[in-house]
Amino acid sequence: MNPNLLHQLYNLSPVALVGIAIFIFLRARQTPLWGEAFRRLARNPSARTAMAVIGIYATIGLADSVGWYDAATQERRTVIDAIFERKPERTYSAPLAEMTTGEAKPQKIREKHILGTDSIGADVFYRTLKGVRTAFQIGGMTVLIVTPLALLLGLTAGYYGKWRDDVITYIYTVLSSVPGILLQIAMVLVLGKGIIQICLALGITRWVGLCRMVRGETIKHREREYVRSAKALGVTDMVILVRHILPNLLPVVIISTTLGFSNLVLSEAILSYLGVGVPDNVGSWGNMIDAARDELARDPVIWWNLTAATGAITGLALSLNLFGDALRDAVDPRLRS
Amino acid sequence: MEKLLQVDDLRTWFRTSRGIVKAVDGVSFDVAPGKTRAIVGESGCGKSITALSILQLVPEPAGYIESGKIHFGGEDILERSWTDMRGLRGREIAMIFQEPMTSLNPTRTIGWQLSEAMTVHGKDAPVARTRALELLERVGLRDPNAALRQYPHELSGGMRQRVMIAIALANRPKLLIADEPTTALDVTVQAQIMSLIKELQDELGMAMLLITHDLGIVSEVAHDVSVMYAGQVVEAAPTRDLFHDPRHPYTQGLFASLPARNRRGQDLMTLDGIVPDAANWPTGCRFAERCVHKMDACSTAPQLRVSASGRQVRCHLPSALEVTK
Repeated sequence: MNPNLLHQLYNLSPVALVGIAIFIFLRARQTPLWGEAFRRLARNPSARTAMAVIGIYATIGLADSVGWYDAATQERRTVIDAIFERKPERTYSAPLAEMTTGEAKPQKIREKHILGTDSIGADVFYRTLKGVRTAFQIGGMTVLIVTPLALLLGLTAGYYGKWRDDVITYIYTVLSSVPGILLQIAMVLVLGKGIIQICLALGITRWVGLCRMVRGETIKHREREYVRSAKALGVTDMVILVRHILPNLLPVVIISTTLGFSNLVLSEAILSYLGVGVPDNVGSWGNMIDAARDELARDPVIWWNLTAATGAITGLALSLNLFGDALRDAVDPRLRS
Repeated sequence: MEKLLQVDDLRTWFRTSRGIVKAVDGVSFDVAPGKTRAIVGESGCGKSITALSILQLVPEPAGYIESGKIHFGGEDILERSWTDMRGLRGREIAMIFQEPMTSLNPTRTIGWQLSEAMTVHGKDAPVARTRALELLERVGLRDPNAALRQYPHELSGGMRQRVMIAIALANRPKLLIADEPTTALDVTVQAQIMSLIKELQDELGMAMLLITHDLGIVSEVAHDVSVMYAGQVVEAAPTRDLFHDPRHPYTQGLFASLPARNRRGQDLMTLDGIVPDAANWPTGCRFAERCVHKMDACSTAPQLRVSASGRQVRCHLPSALEVTK
């Protein structure tokens, strides 16, 4: 197959993602619960700021997903590559410096680097931008593993109780009694390095919290009058679970998923720092932090590498948390009533 | 006459940490087609659990039906499996609950919930939709078209109870179980809702089992009354007879504690004492401790005796079965 065509098809994925997001947003806005939640969000200044920051990150991530096949290097080049890639220097250079740092004879550098360069002379700003897409991929894919798994098991355990509850509770109690990070490292070592492998490792260890919450909420809703009156109408258990109880759990699930997303972004950094993260050829904040480990001890201090990566992580995680909290505030009044 | 619903010696018990709670302990009554039977009693006497037992909706896993028979249309429906019961629920026997505020799903529109009641029992969605509109009109919602798209929180309590009635009647059931349908509503709305239920009952010719503690409502709508106390029926009679001439000391106490014109200015009577613990019923008469006529015989449990005129009373007093008029 023509490699160019393949890369063009690949570009459809960000388009599809944006399309799905808009569709869900428009559908949700028509329901009274979410319609009002969105209006409250729009009135909340910190939520607006958080959404704007997340929007910037998302735009960078999406721009990094749109690309083409570059015949010269025989690799895929994305929009971000075309705009922000800089020619490598010999080694470290401070932000906006004119000479390299850490060499016996500092060399003149070829281009301006707003965040300087790292040990192999790569532009730090460019590397930071390349980490955005990875962060979203890991957060997004893991959420796609965690949420269905937690919903399926949590709803089953909470609604049916008895032996199903015992089995599921047993599984997640055992799972949560092993330190998650050890399990994740073990799984990555078995499965190999790669984004999908990391998502699997994170997904399999991270569903417990959500599952426990869904189970508790289901037990609460199972005893509600509306469930009893649905039963009195002869509605089947399956329909009660999926079409009556699940919609009532969605607000809580969405809020905790948003907050969990930011947690996953942090986990990626931790795994990469431990050397079991994403491969080296993929942009990653964790890998940048890992590489910057010894640099703070140098003289002069190489601070920009670490600062850029942690700044990027903090910015994203903080906005996601702020957004999650604002979302909870926007939805909660209705939950209470 | 052939009875539509016949409950015989029903026992619904609960396993708890305090032992077995015998919430319903040997209850019998029947409902004739098109007629209304009221079950009256104070909170915790087991009347709601009796209603839930008929549909086999006793809260699990603690609650279970220990023994008894429930015949509906001649068939012992306790023999039916959970799956078979589903065909009966909502189609043959419908139920209205006490809390209109929480008995509707907050995340679904009125139209959706009303249609679901019918599609569950095999009606096509478009047909159900049209009928939903008719039903909302029939139960007296001001703007039925708009109501179809509204969510429960947009309606008042009275309106919600009207929607619940519409849902219950959607499949033209033969029996309606109304569990304190007006308790949660304002007094003025109560009367409207009760007269609506009665009107629809006559229209559809259905029987009704009315669970309530409101004797005023009973006198207006019920043909027969069973008075429950501590998990048992203590007295059963046609409404008129019961109101004119209550026989059981508990029933007499209930009537005496109502405000009445001929006792104007006097303090209201109260029944002293509390209902005994359901996990540990007394071996004798369960009402004895609160009874003004307590005597030696009360240390043995009285049976439900039937008088020549067909009145049923669970009391040792000789006067309880005497014909007074």
